[in-house]
Amino acid sequence: MKGKVGVLALQGAFREHRFVLESLGWDVAEVRKPSDLEGVQGLVLPGGESTAMAKLLQSDGLGDRIKELAAKDLPLFGTCAGMILLAKDIDGSDQYRLGLMDVTVKRNAFGRQIASFETDLSVPALGSRPVRAVFIRAPYAARVAPNVGILAQHEGKIVFVRQGNMLASAFHPELTPDQRIHGYFLKMVSEYQ
Amino acid sequence: MSEIGSWKVKTGLAEMLKGGVIMDVTTPEQAKIAEEAGACAVMALERVPSDIRAAGGVARMADPTIIQKIMEAVSIPVMAKARIGHFVEAQILEALGADYIDESEVLTPADDMYHINKHAFKVPFVCGARNLGEALRRIGEGAAMIRTKGEPGTGNVVEAVRHMRTVMSDIRKLTTMPKEELMSAAKEMGAPYDLVVYVAENGKLPVVNFAAGGIATPADAALMMQLGVDGIFVGSGIFKSSDPKARAKAVVLATTHFNDPKMLADISKDLGEAMPGLEISTIAENQRMQERGW
Repeated sequence: MKGKVGVLALQGAFREHRFVLESLGWDVAEVRKPSDLEGVQGLVLPGGESTAMAKLLQSDGLGDRIKELAAKDLPLFGTCAGMILLAKDIDGSDQYRLGLMDVTVKRNAFGRQIASFETDLSVPALGSRPVRAVFIRAPYAARVAPNVGILAQHEGKIVFVRQGNMLASAFHPELTPDQRIHGYFLKMVSEYQ
Repeated sequence: MSEIGSWKVKTGLAEMLKGGVIMDVTTPEQAKIAEEAGACAVMALERVPSDIRAAGGVARMADPTIIQKIMEAVSIPVMAKARIGHFVEAQILEALGADYIDESEVLTPADDMYHINKHAFKVPFVCGARNLGEALRRIGEGAAMIRTKGEPGTGNVVEAVRHMRTVMSDIRKLTTMPKEELMSAAKEMGAPYDLVVYVAENGKLPVVNFAAGGIATPADAALMMQLGVDGIFVGSGIFKSSDPKARAKAVVLATTHFNDPKMLADISKDLGEAMPGLEISTIAENQRMQERGW
């Protein structure tokens, strides 16, 4: 095994992240309570419902523990709802968030489920071949601070960002067979050891 | 190329709901209570199943005004029910922007032979099933998510347990069959051959499978999760109990921590009265909602 990463397993598509990370040779811990974070070298915050996960993050101090570890440069990767949880500001909402990235997100920004879509997304950092990106009731980053790197945009909307030890996508790389985005995150995890 | 309403996008939303609780609500206030408790979606209804059962008569799609008001009240996905085979109710729900349609046996069927051709819609569908053949027929028609039928509105989990155990046992049988037996198995269970082959090779359904029908307590939710479902629908169980707020929150916690009996013990404390229960044998066979569906 190359090391151990955690996947937040309160609600949502955590199993899909687990399968991708395991197939890339990493050990995976499902994280439901603070003690599950013991020894993880990175943490994935999966897609799901951000309000549901927010309630569960607050119920036993798990959210606070993640914030402490993030301050010590634990690499984090949020997809969709995970991106919302990582953002400092959520447009028009005061719901709980971890508030770690200098990003303002807009929830359900492309519309309801009927507007959910998949598309070929250009991500220059991963090479010239586009990523097939699945957007489900997805958010986007309405504003980002200058210290936040923009990795991809769709029709002018920011959908993939990095800030130091943190990575966030509005779409779901765990739902497609292309493993380059998880590979990118795991490289970050290795770099921060 | 961008594509809306693709199979990936339809099944993908169900993937995002996993490990969560979908609650029946009849008013915007109830929807807010559900969202506040951590529900991952709500089902917008005119009446919860136990009231539908009590009222009798023909149960139909809810008034669009109720669905719209609930959609305005919460940021989580809003599902709504259409009658079995009533594709125009489904068209109306799609036009309203409902996030998922439940082609549901809780309502009175509009067609006694055929279900909706769900492939014709951009909005995804969930359907009930009592066994693997029924689940695969619904998926063949385009359902992007399956749930057990259970016996809705009873607060009695026994039927949901039976349906889940039956589906799991049917799946296990397929995985041990040599390939030449699969066509006969498909014929016997009345399921599409290609989906039977998929299940035999993968040991699971090709879509997410939730529990529904009779879940009334946090322990019921955890039981279904330990039996292998991906998440929980609670119908009458929340808002027909004595303390909906506390119970809603407890069922959400129990669905996440389903494998931790110590936490479940804490979660189950001081919740007041559960909804009144119904023994299945006291319900006449022609009144059992689970018998609806073909």
